[in-house]
Amino acid sequence: MNVMQSTARAPSAEAASKLLSIEDLSVSFRTRTGIVKALDRVSFDVRPGEIVGVVGESGSGKSVTAFSVMGILDPAASITGGRIAFEGRNVLEMSRRERDAWRGRDASIIFQNPRLALNPLRRIGQQIADVLARHSPDRPAVIRQRVLDMLEQVRVPDPKARQNAYPTELSGGQCQRVGIAIALACRPRLLIADEPTTGLDVTTQAVIMELIRDLARSRNLGTVFITHDLALAAQYCDRAVVMHAGHVVETATVSELFASSRHPYTAKLLRSVPSLADSLDELDAIEGSLPDLRRDDLPFCRFAERCERRIGICDSAPLSLTSLSPTHSIACRNPQ
Amino acid sequence: MRIVWRLAGAVPTLFGVILATFLLTRVLPGDPAVYFAGNPSMDAHAIAQVRKSLGLDKPLPQQFVIYLDSLAHGDLGQSISTGMPVREELMNRLPASAELTICAFLIAILVAIPLGVVAALKPGSLVDQLCRLISTLGVSLPTFVTGLMLIYVFYYLLGVAPEPIGRIDPFLVPHQITGFLLIDTLLDGNYEAFAASARQLVLPAMTMALFALAPIARMTRASMLNVLSSDFIRTARANGLSWRTVVITYGFRNAVLPVVTTLGMTFSYMLGANVLVEQVFAWPGIGAYALNSLISLDYAPLQGFMLLMAAIFLLVNLVTDLVYVIIDPRVEFGK
Amino acid sequence: MSVAVRERLRVAHYVVSGNPVNVIAFGLFAFLVLCAIAGPAIAPYSPLATDTPIALQPPSAAHWFGTDQLGRDIFSRVLVATRLDLLIAFGAVALSCVLGSVIGAVIGYFGGWLDATVSRVVDVLMAFPLFVLAMAVVAALGNTVANVVYATAVINLPFYIRLARAEINVRRSLGYVEAARVGGSGHFRILLVFLMPNIFSPLIVQASVNLGWAVLNAAGLSFLGLGVRAPTAEWGIMVAEGAQFMASGQWWTVVFPACALMITVFSFNLLGDVVRDILDPRLRT
Repeated sequence: MNVMQSTARAPSAEAASKLLSIEDLSVSFRTRTGIVKALDRVSFDVRPGEIVGVVGESGSGKSVTAFSVMGILDPAASITGGRIAFEGRNVLEMSRRERDAWRGRDASIIFQNPRLALNPLRRIGQQIADVLARHSPDRPAVIRQRVLDMLEQVRVPDPKARQNAYPTELSGGQCQRVGIAIALACRPRLLIADEPTTGLDVTTQAVIMELIRDLARSRNLGTVFITHDLALAAQYCDRAVVMHAGHVVETATVSELFASSRHPYTAKLLRSVPSLADSLDELDAIEGSLPDLRRDDLPFCRFAERCERRIGICDSAPLSLTSLSPTHSIACRNPQ
Repeated sequence: MRIVWRLAGAVPTLFGVILATFLLTRVLPGDPAVYFAGNPSMDAHAIAQVRKSLGLDKPLPQQFVIYLDSLAHGDLGQSISTGMPVREELMNRLPASAELTICAFLIAILVAIPLGVVAALKPGSLVDQLCRLISTLGVSLPTFVTGLMLIYVFYYLLGVAPEPIGRIDPFLVPHQITGFLLIDTLLDGNYEAFAASARQLVLPAMTMALFALAPIARMTRASMLNVLSSDFIRTARANGLSWRTVVITYGFRNAVLPVVTTLGMTFSYMLGANVLVEQVFAWPGIGAYALNSLISLDYAPLQGFMLLMAAIFLLVNLVTDLVYVIIDPRVEFGK
Repeated sequence: MSVAVRERLRVAHYVVSGNPVNVIAFGLFAFLVLCAIAGPAIAPYSPLATDTPIALQPPSAAHWFGTDQLGRDIFSRVLVATRLDLLIAFGAVALSCVLGSVIGAVIGYFGGWLDATVSRVVDVLMAFPLFVLAMAVVAALGNTVANVVYATAVINLPFYIRLARAEINVRRSLGYVEAARVGGSGHFRILLVFLMPNIFSPLIVQASVNLGWAVLNAAGLSFLGLGVRAPTAEWGIMVAEGAQFMASGQWWTVVFPACALMITVFSFNLLGDVVRDILDPRLRT
């Protein structure tokens, strides 16, 4: 297989059919101890109606990517390159007003730690109404009804009574339902779920994931599901994007990824997940740790220093994603 | 119902306060009987008579019971130096102190809270530096020094402030309705008197306000900064909510809680600073009254003053708790 | 030196050198302590020496800060007063810190009726505006410097009691305490050896933050005529004596002692911030 095949640039007609297209996104953070090159030329797409899983260790840049799309990066962060195209239009070039109108209405995000993501001093019904009031011209009476409808859609029992509850009175799972209700109230076309089930117990995890998937399918939402849990990604996603240290290292459909992954990092990741391993002998920890992203001498392949398959050409030039098939790309010069 | 419990909880403290003031004033050195008698060459018999009439010859516990009894009847005793009932004198002079403290408090709030909010919204800006400067300097400045400096600058150097000798020119005193000059002069329709009393109020109120500015600004800024960096603000921004909604409805409303506590504490400090400011500006309030009675070892006014101060403080605490309950649905009354 | 102490010193160095303001804080503090120690020795004039013909002279070459209403040299008086004011502040804070932490630790550890009673007493103490309480204590005990120290200590007690009580409460059910109890250590040994050393940090932070307030308090009391008496040289009383002359333009009688006060309180507050940054940055406001 010729791994030096160049990535075919999608023609603009096809580009418009992609809901979200992240192209060569690079982000850096200013910190007291140096500049952290958090993302380096990250690229992947999301089509309407598909659920894309973004997987990787903590610190791989998954959340930074999500926050860049939504425009809620820390003030110390700056986007140093690339574009983020939503339905063909670069959101990074939007004015502040346009971006504020776009957020919550065309694209939304739900967060980890759902209880902390809600205003503790405001009733949940009110918080859903706030978003509706912001993005739609509806009268208060209509908004009140829409709030109840949303609560029903996210399967909160007895919405009429529940809408007056405060987040502290709700369980973690219920808070996440409210978070989903707020995110989907204005019928966006893109949903980003940043580790939405981390911290919830296993049963609740499944319930919330089912809810997200059902809503995504019924509303034809393009969904980005960020997680460090490969097993969850396997279960609920159509495609997967594997990230490592601010790089995208492999993108594939879920079946391709688990049956025939080619990137050494993905392989190691798969072997370190208990639920995916057949026996204890097969469990492998990944040696070493993430490289320090403040270094000036970061190698072109950020996994190289931990990789068993490292060869001379790995350090020769910057990596980019090469397609092995229409659905499967990797960034590696010596794939398995 | 919980309010009743909370009030009930304050009763032991109140009792302790009454006991404490009673004991404290009984420990005062000097013999009030001798002082009251006035004439040092009075013989022992006459002094003993005086002591008897003041009830000072009875054993301490009995004196306490008598004291409790008179308190229940609203009798705070009599001042030895002036001969007037303490309660009457306190009530006469309370409006002066109240007007001063309340005005100063309002000024402080109106300046400090916006300052703290803007400083938090624009970290590193000029406003932020100013806020931090005021906070650091404010706690280092003694109140009486500020007062004297203000007098020097505005009265002596610039000549814009009136002579710091009290509340108002005796010729302009309005009818006594509330005791608050600003209100009474307006009710009287006497605008000249209103302006005069307002002018007299400016310097002492500014002095006390400066004192309160620092802790309020500091806490507002810190609390706002804290809230603005929390997750739910991020959610609000991510949903495109307007700047006004994010900063005020989601930000400030959540930040205001610790500020309320600070407001209560600051008010209590101001009650103490009252004495100093009244001394500097010759303000005829209860602070000056207490100081004079303290120096003359006149224990009844001192007792009354301490009781009043403590009662006001307990009331302020109660109000703070109430405000907390109204604002924060997570808090149960009394915690 | 133990590892923990070395670690602290490293943090201290990082904090102090990281911010020039911190260096100023330490410098000022050192300067003040120097004045307190050397003051009486290096003062050009005796602080009590009156010379009525030259009363109320503005600052000049002979008298850097001018003279007061009795012809005394203000510079000497301000300098000498440093020792008194610092002693009062340190004395009061040390007293309330030690006493308060012991009381708080004991009631936090034993709990029960002891805790309930003492906490009530503390509540009563705190029901009075602090300065008013100080006034009353000085009035009750008499007009001396020692009583100013006691009064200031008394009004600061509640903070230390509550702090120590809370800290001990948190720690007394921790693993190592249980282990010590099982091992046969008596209550006081546990308190002394295991618990109290661990609460030093928040106590020291509180103490350093209190120093500035203690100075203000003492000055305020003497301004009112309570505590220090004429002709003693003390900043508060100097301001009080000079106050009447402010309105007629003789600013130097008030400004110099006031500046000394402000610089001292300011440097103590800065110092308090630095100490807090070194020992427990989480408390930062």
